[in-house]
Amino acid sequence: MMRRLLPHPWLTALLTVVWLLLVNGISVGAVLLGFVLGLVIPIATAAYWPDRPLLRRPGKLLTYIFIVMWDILVANVVVAITILTKPNSRIRSKWVSIPLDIRKPEAITVLAGTITLTPGTVSADLSSEGHSLLVHCLDAEDADAVRDEIKTRYERRLKEIFE
Amino acid sequence: MILEVFVSLFIVVGAFFALVGSYGLIKLDNPMARLHGPTKASTLGIGSLLIASVAYSVLQDDLSLHELLITAFLFVTAPISAHFIAKAHIHQHIDDDEMPSPPRDTSWAVRRPPDPPADD
Repeated sequence: MMRRLLPHPWLTALLTVVWLLLVNGISVGAVLLGFVLGLVIPIATAAYWPDRPLLRRPGKLLTYIFIVMWDILVANVVVAITILTKPNSRIRSKWVSIPLDIRKPEAITVLAGTITLTPGTVSADLSSEGHSLLVHCLDAEDADAVRDEIKTRYERRLKEIFE
Repeated sequence: MILEVFVSLFIVVGAFFALVGSYGLIKLDNPMARLHGPTKASTLGIGSLLIASVAYSVLQDDLSLHELLITAFLFVTAPISAHFIAKAHIHQHIDDDEMPSPPRDTSWAVRRPPDPPADD
């Protein structure tokens, strides 16, 4: 019964918070309307959420978010320096393929997003069965080093969080 | 006073990174490299402009947190649009021998899968 009314409790909470941010203020009416939306939307879109993504280690997710924020900061400075100081002929663009150990679609999506937002890498494609990720590096000396860093820094943590 | 300095600092830093991102779009010489400018330089650029905006709303005694939503939506949508642009580019302009083949599967998702062996 509870499961049918609240198929995705975290989504309900998130939608309520997003609604309050959209309203840009807290009042009883806004909280109530936000909560009703949080109840109705997950039920109406249930067909698109086949199963409940499980967060095994929510605390680790917080650490992960901070690491990624810091990396975004560093990435911006690094990319800015590359763009401003290196002539095009000396920028060593490369393709890197990364074999994936994580299998959950949510985890792969988060990994691909993280790769795009961090140091000089854009995730470009997934392999046909979803076992590896194609990444483009703006300026990298060694493709294997990039692959290993992504695997140890992000993928290992995501595996702990999601699987 | 201190807060005003803080706000101006973030506006200048934000504007600088947004500018570098756009400059990268012109300066870099191939489409895949060009994707790097807007996906990164502009996230920090927009991010610090939004922090400045929140700080300014505090200064005006009228707290606004819309900026948090803008940041969240931007961080969710920027990688996805970059991903689609990359896919379209690979599909139309890049040959198989220019990029590594996937270590475990038969092909990348934008490619047409090889024909299954004919049944006899």
